[in-house]
Amino acid sequence: MPYTILVNGTKRSVDVDGDMPLLWVLRDVLELKGSKFGCGVGLCGACTVHLGGEAVRSCSIPISSVGAAAVTTIEGIAATPVGAKVQAAWLDVDVMQCGYCQAGQIMSAAALLTKTARPTDGDIDQAMAGNICRCCTYSRIRAAIKKAAGLRTADAGVR
Amino acid sequence: MTMFARSTSARAPAGTPRMTFSRRTILKASAAAGGGLLLHATLPVVARAAASGLVSPADVTLNAFVRIAPDGIVTIMAKNPEIGQGVKTMLPMVIAEELDADWKDVRIEQADLEAAKYGRQFAGGSTATPLNWDPLRRVGAAGRAMLVAAAAEAWGVAPAECSTASGVVLHPPSGRKLGYGALAGKAAMMRVPDLKTLRLKTPKEFKIVGRPIPGVDSPLIVAGKPLFGIDVAVPGMLYAVFEKCPVFGGKVVSANTDAIKALPGVRHAFVVKGGSDLRGLLDGVAIVAESWWAASKAREKLKISWDEGPTAAESSAGFARDAARLGKGSPAQSLRRDGDVTAAYAQAARVLEAAYSYPFIPHIPLEPQNCTAHFREGKVEIWAPTQDPGSGAALVASTLGMAQGDVTVHMTRVGGGFGRRLRNDYMVEAAWIAKAAGAPVKLLWTRQDDMQHDFYRPAGFHFLKGALDGRGKLVALSDHFVTFGHGDTVADSATMSPGEFPAGLVDNLDYGMSLLPLGVPTGPLRAPRSNALAFVFQSFLDELAHAAGKDPLEFHLALLGEGRVLPSSPGARAPQRDFDTERMRGVLELVAEKSGWAKRQALPKGTGLGIASYFSHLGYFAEVVQATVAPSGAVKADKVWIAGDVGSQIINPSNAENQVQGAALDGIGAALGQAITIDRGRAVEANFDTVFPLRINQAPPVEVHFRITDHSPTGLGEPALPPVVPALCNAVFAATGKRIRKLPIDPAELKSA
Repeated sequence: MPYTILVNGTKRSVDVDGDMPLLWVLRDVLELKGSKFGCGVGLCGACTVHLGGEAVRSCSIPISSVGAAAVTTIEGIAATPVGAKVQAAWLDVDVMQCGYCQAGQIMSAAALLTKTARPTDGDIDQAMAGNICRCCTYSRIRAAIKKAAGLRTADAGVR
Repeated sequence: MTMFARSTSARAPAGTPRMTFSRRTILKASAAAGGGLLLHATLPVVARAAASGLVSPADVTLNAFVRIAPDGIVTIMAKNPEIGQGVKTMLPMVIAEELDADWKDVRIEQADLEAAKYGRQFAGGSTATPLNWDPLRRVGAAGRAMLVAAAAEAWGVAPAECSTASGVVLHPPSGRKLGYGALAGKAAMMRVPDLKTLRLKTPKEFKIVGRPIPGVDSPLIVAGKPLFGIDVAVPGMLYAVFEKCPVFGGKVVSANTDAIKALPGVRHAFVVKGGSDLRGLLDGVAIVAESWWAASKAREKLKISWDEGPTAAESSAGFARDAARLGKGSPAQSLRRDGDVTAAYAQAARVLEAAYSYPFIPHIPLEPQNCTAHFREGKVEIWAPTQDPGSGAALVASTLGMAQGDVTVHMTRVGGGFGRRLRNDYMVEAAWIAKAAGAPVKLLWTRQDDMQHDFYRPAGFHFLKGALDGRGKLVALSDHFVTFGHGDTVADSATMSPGEFPAGLVDNLDYGMSLLPLGVPTGPLRAPRSNALAFVFQSFLDELAHAAGKDPLEFHLALLGEGRVLPSSPGARAPQRDFDTERMRGVLELVAEKSGWAKRQALPKGTGLGIASYFSHLGYFAEVVQATVAPSGAVKADKVWIAGDVGSQIINPSNAENQVQGAALDGIGAALGQAITIDRGRAVEANFDTVFPLRINQAPPVEVHFRITDHSPTGLGEPALPPVVPALCNAVFAATGKRIRKLPIDPAELKSA
């Protein structure tokens, strides 16, 4: 079935089954490989994108339910002021180990900071608990979120 | 199916790397395309794998590869797979330092598998630093010397009058200078210096090593660029899924492949007949489709009749029953006997007995296993996230009946390794399916495939006994280790060394072992053996300390005694190394100071500190965990303090801290929520709703301190993990008075309200 979705500000038309998850449309049809497959059932957060501004797990969203809502992926997040700040903070704090989960982490962090400009540790826990980092870079994820928010990053570790 | 020939070398990380330069060391230089300097170093390095019994002494040939372009850009090849341990950044830093390049002018390229050019290329055993530190420094220094020689000749001055500074050769007496880019062509014509007599920098001269350098791929990662195996795209590529028997090693009797072929998007569906080596190609059904989603949907309709084979009779409950029975008897084989434990127990003031156990656990790297393969004209090209591309190529070649030279492996960035991708089962599957499909194929496993077809950290059972004399000194210790294996062959990563701590420090000691047969595949998981044995021995020593009425730290220090080196014993079954009691004392005292160990009695009820130490992968680590146990029994790690001694130089402090923090949190995650249950010969758990990697809301701050000592630098990917598990369990004891003797920690056993 043909679907037209709005991805990173551009209308994209695809002809796929209605139950194909948004993740696979992005990765294998639109060649946007930044969103990652980790568990397939919304438990790990590696596939996180924004749908109408909300952080969602794209592995569990059928293309037929996307409709006109704007899809933003890691490839498009730099175009938002918050997204660009989050990416810069991730580099500045040197968060990455293997890096596989980090697109999802950045998308969840950008959604958090868009709604809550100065998050508490509790806010960070709540917003980020759905994103597994198997390398356990959590101290630096927390530090990078605080840095992007302009908060003190005493425990950032590196700097 | 034959076990691939290099299976023992896949365990090379377990050996003791000691390096000396042989006299045959040579360095070749040639003009690179474009007129730059190409440094091609062939450094035959003798790596002695001491005492392992697994690794033969063999020459390991390392190749470093430096290219300098006329514009001064220095390109350095990254020879090993990057799995998140940071080697793609760290090893080139070492070359760039001695080359005296400006880091901003350095570009790094991932090498393909080319053993003849680069030597052994693998990621495992925290070996990148100890194996490469000295050789790669000399590669860089040789390049610097040739650039200096080129400039000196151009100026007609003595090389000794010249110096370098970040990509420039200087002649201070005349004030002249030339950039590396301008000199590269001439430098390539210079005599290659003797690597052994090259002057290396003193640590005070370091400008790159010792600085926190961010990961070189990080800008691409935050932008979502394709870097990983799963991101590979080849023109005309099809997508595959592969269903194997849920019982390990089961065979296909029949499958409805004709019905599957008729499903939308499906191009091929066929039965694969595999062998009996669980590391190789196994029986299964492949579905190849136009999209991975189409293949996955077709898989839901797959009906396979299996011959499950003998492993179907195995279960975790059965293993525990059999282990308990064996544990009552004498060990089937002795690992080590010192003194006379029987007499010591008879004379002791206090004897303790305890049974410890831990489960199978999975690796669960976040990037599921995948591989892209393209077979054409008798050759196969492979793109894979792998920790050991060489053994993968050998496996593919032997299974497909081709020469290894006809297998090309491109190493992608790897979305987590943890030891899982030292095995290349997914690589041989992809190659086989691509050959059968006659098209490039990307095979991608689901999370369930990954969790249920892993090479698990083996479960184990320990029946311990310890004796204290009237003054609370540990005078005897025994362990009957019930593990897995057949005959005299212990299952992969299920061994224990005769030197296992505290062997050599207790006068009367008896380690023995009995084996249970096992059809479940096992393998190395981050800090193999150590990740389980540290829990057992460091927890039991804590029990003994409390029974002796001693501060566990003081008990531990008394056990270490005076500063000395306990030699590793040749001929040992499991690899071991010389153990320096002084280095362990150093990190224990440091972590005690940093954690406020002496003031631990002031903590509120339900909160406690636990301490543990462990020596593995040549690194000395002591760790303190503060844990709080809720009335519900829920355990929360509040904070972790770590002191580590990995020698004289922390090469990249940013990555070093990250690795240590990650290792500690990984261990806490495993202790709190990870186990694979075997039932009817299959793994029960399938996804992150039943196996729980640590999440951010559970992750405590981790304070990392390095004790710098006068020893050659060693690796950091693994040694911080083992002690955190007993430190956490000992903290739970301090908080509750309840001893954790079985992993994962069960909150129901800690419930107080």
